[in-house]
Amino acid sequence: MARKVNLRIWRGDSNSGSLQNVEVDANEGEVVLDVIHRVQATQMGDLAVRWNCKAGKCGSCSMEINGKPRLACMTRMSSFEEGEEITVTPLRAFPVIKDLVTDVSFNYKKALEIPAYEHPADLGPGEARMEQIDVERSQEFRKCIECFLCQDTCHVIRDHEENKKSFAGPRFFIRVAELDMHPLDMLKNRKRTAQEEHGLGMCNITKCCTEVCPEHIRITDNAIIPMKERVVDVKYDPARWLGSKIRRREG
Amino acid sequence: MTELERYKYDVLVIGAGGAGLRAAVEAREAGLRVAIICKSLFGKAHTVMAEGGAAASMGNVNSGDNWQVHFRDTMRGGKFLNHYRMAELHAKESPDRIYELEMWGALFDRTKEGKISQRNFGGHEYPRLAHVGDRTGLELIRTMQQKIVQLQQKDAREYGDAQANIRVFAELTITEIIKEGGKVAGAYGYWREGGNEVLFEAPAVVIATGGVGKTFKITSNSWEGTGDGHALALKAGANLVDMEFLQFHPTGMVWPPSVRGILVTESVRGEGGVLTNTLGERFMFKYIPEVFKDKYADNEEEADRWYLDQDNNRRPPELLPRDEVARAINSEVKAGRGTEHGGVFLDVSKRIPAEVIKKRLPSMWHQFYELAGVDITKEAMEVGPTCHYVMGGVEVEPDTAAAVGVPGLFAAGEVAGGMHGSNRLGGNSLSDLLVFGRRAGMGAAAYVKSTTPVAVSDASVKAAADRIQAPFTRAGGENAYSLHQELQEVTHNLVGIIRTGSELQDAIGKIAEIRKRSQNVSVAGDRKFNPGFHLAFDLDNMLLVAESTAKSAIAREESRGGHTRDDFPGMSDKWRQVNHISSYNGSEVVVREQKLPALPKELFDLFDVHELEKYMTPEEIAKGGSN
Repeated sequence: MARKVNLRIWRGDSNSGSLQNVEVDANEGEVVLDVIHRVQATQMGDLAVRWNCKAGKCGSCSMEINGKPRLACMTRMSSFEEGEEITVTPLRAFPVIKDLVTDVSFNYKKALEIPAYEHPADLGPGEARMEQIDVERSQEFRKCIECFLCQDTCHVIRDHEENKKSFAGPRFFIRVAELDMHPLDMLKNRKRTAQEEHGLGMCNITKCCTEVCPEHIRITDNAIIPMKERVVDVKYDPARWLGSKIRRREG
Repeated sequence: MTELERYKYDVLVIGAGGAGLRAAVEAREAGLRVAIICKSLFGKAHTVMAEGGAAASMGNVNSGDNWQVHFRDTMRGGKFLNHYRMAELHAKESPDRIYELEMWGALFDRTKEGKISQRNFGGHEYPRLAHVGDRTGLELIRTMQQKIVQLQQKDAREYGDAQANIRVFAELTITEIIKEGGKVAGAYGYWREGGNEVLFEAPAVVIATGGVGKTFKITSNSWEGTGDGHALALKAGANLVDMEFLQFHPTGMVWPPSVRGILVTESVRGEGGVLTNTLGERFMFKYIPEVFKDKYADNEEEADRWYLDQDNNRRPPELLPRDEVARAINSEVKAGRGTEHGGVFLDVSKRIPAEVIKKRLPSMWHQFYELAGVDITKEAMEVGPTCHYVMGGVEVEPDTAAAVGVPGLFAAGEVAGGMHGSNRLGGNSLSDLLVFGRRAGMGAAAYVKSTTPVAVSDASVKAAADRIQAPFTRAGGENAYSLHQELQEVTHNLVGIIRTGSELQDAIGKIAEIRKRSQNVSVAGDRKFNPGFHLAFDLDNMLLVAESTAKSAIAREESRGGHTRDDFPGMSDKWRQVNHISSYNGSEVVVREQKLPALPKELFDLFDVHELEKYMTPEEIAKGGSN
């Protein structure tokens, strides 16, 4: 049942590196991560790769497979043609640590910049009442497994290191959207902060993030575009602007 | 060798899953400086895999529920080997822990009245599991991860440094807990990224490292489940209790090979999924044990009616506790009525409309569609038992989560023992994490405030450093990957779901042999993000855990919960009163018997005495509780 496949694996560190060819067995039903593990156990004991759950739920084994940001645990070997060469490289938007492992600390820094959830002061334990339909909007974004593939593919930062300072990226736009749509969150002006401090305006809605999302979160349609529209409304419509000043929350 | 990094904290939490994060939040909110260590990136812990929900008797769906009912279910599920006090605290405090998460921003699914919704699960009398679709664990982790970020944002505002009082050390392995003068002084480890070593000085250490699944060949656990905390605690002088009890989850994926062992949530059965063999028989009706006969339907008609009317019908046997279902599947496969891949069929497609399946079980649909090419809205899943959870673990004081015998050491979550007895009910793990994670944080905080920290000696540092360097100094030694595979074969074949004395004896010998060879593991490459190097330490932990499990299993001459002896098939009153305590004497694991704490009268009286008669001796019944 096993067939031989040719893998080109990027090996190296922050100083230098190159693609290395390796021939390895692949069995029926396997995914790219299985094959990488076989390489590790039999040919390259020190090959660095992150992984955890192996079921598409933790978002650890993010890498680029034939140039596309993918989860290695969700990329089936049967999706490649017989004899097709498979190239695996580390995420391009982040600095390489070793082999397929990159330094994703950028994302954890950005997480610190998004203001946290604020619970209503007068709502005690067990008192919250929310409609299922209202929680579902935020729940879509809370499915995020933080694989950071959307961050990796986003062309605002993929080849533009200089933009990283002022751009939080799609993962954190859905975090803002999730809080903004949270039925109980009390913090005001989340959309405006997204625009003014987290670089929402730099996104030109090419939807690359949505395409790579393994959780199929409609990042652009359901989070980014609605926030952009509301920011525009609030910013340029004098009546709405005034409304946002007197109502509890903006738009 | 680069210079040793040194840190000082009040509380060091090893493990960043549900229990660790909850402990860290509690200790920080008590005003202490806290470090959280994780082997992976922050937010990747195995808790994210928990699907079904968190059990808490809020009574939102059936108002008949309360802590007493939850307590009874938990004790029944554990076949009355649970530490009663842990089960009591857990049942009483779970609802508050769920509400607390909601106040931190968690978004649980709702009832029509807008309350937190609760679902049915195996062994729970009422719908009890607070849930978010089938990704409840992810919601827990994310909520607590974001709570920690919130605490850091507060510190950034007050002290100009987000990491002033709570810091996450991601991708760091702890190799040793250091004691000085008989109490905890800190811990030692290395950064996985660069291999450079780190010393943490801290008067209190909370172990929250999760489980041991990687000791076994077929498991739902990720690579992190290597029993690190169990082994660290043993080596630090703590005890492990009842390590023979491992939960084989009845429904793991069996095909294709790449996903073998990955969990198929119990919610599939809770939502109406039916188990059949290759003859098309709904076989669970044949496997209802005597003690559960009055609670489970013995015919299909009644079982089907239960989904519509739970008050007037008994539950379908698919919802028996996990140990019963796992053994039943195992028997069907052994009798030749299993699929070609060694499983049975689990089908939800005939009972529930496709759109409802996709809504209620979205990640299951996704998992089967993307990984197995199976559309569960149209076809049956192939499932079989997978090593899922260890009930055994560090012996703790229930109220404080303090490890017995080691001042300054605490343990919570899967790594702690006692709470679940011989078998854990689904949904009781997420609530366990919250209840005892918080208690460990409180316990550690109280301890720190009452003790004087001791410095770590140079001799302890040197010993810990030498141990990390050792595998690099040996050339041409054993390969850690191969030894790990050998260990998994031994546990799978000889210490698995069905056990016998002779096989366990054989296993103990083989594990000792592998352990001897593991002293000679050598590592290729350097220290930089080197998985072979990392595995060398994980392997050592798994070997100690496997030894403890095999030795406890051979001593327990009965079958109960997650421990089934072919040569001793029944439950025994005598053995119900016995805990097995594992300790480490410097060279091997030693197992002794200890008396299980008896139920106090007020908890004893919560049960119908005729039910207790099925588990207890006439003397215990006559006594009617311990006080």
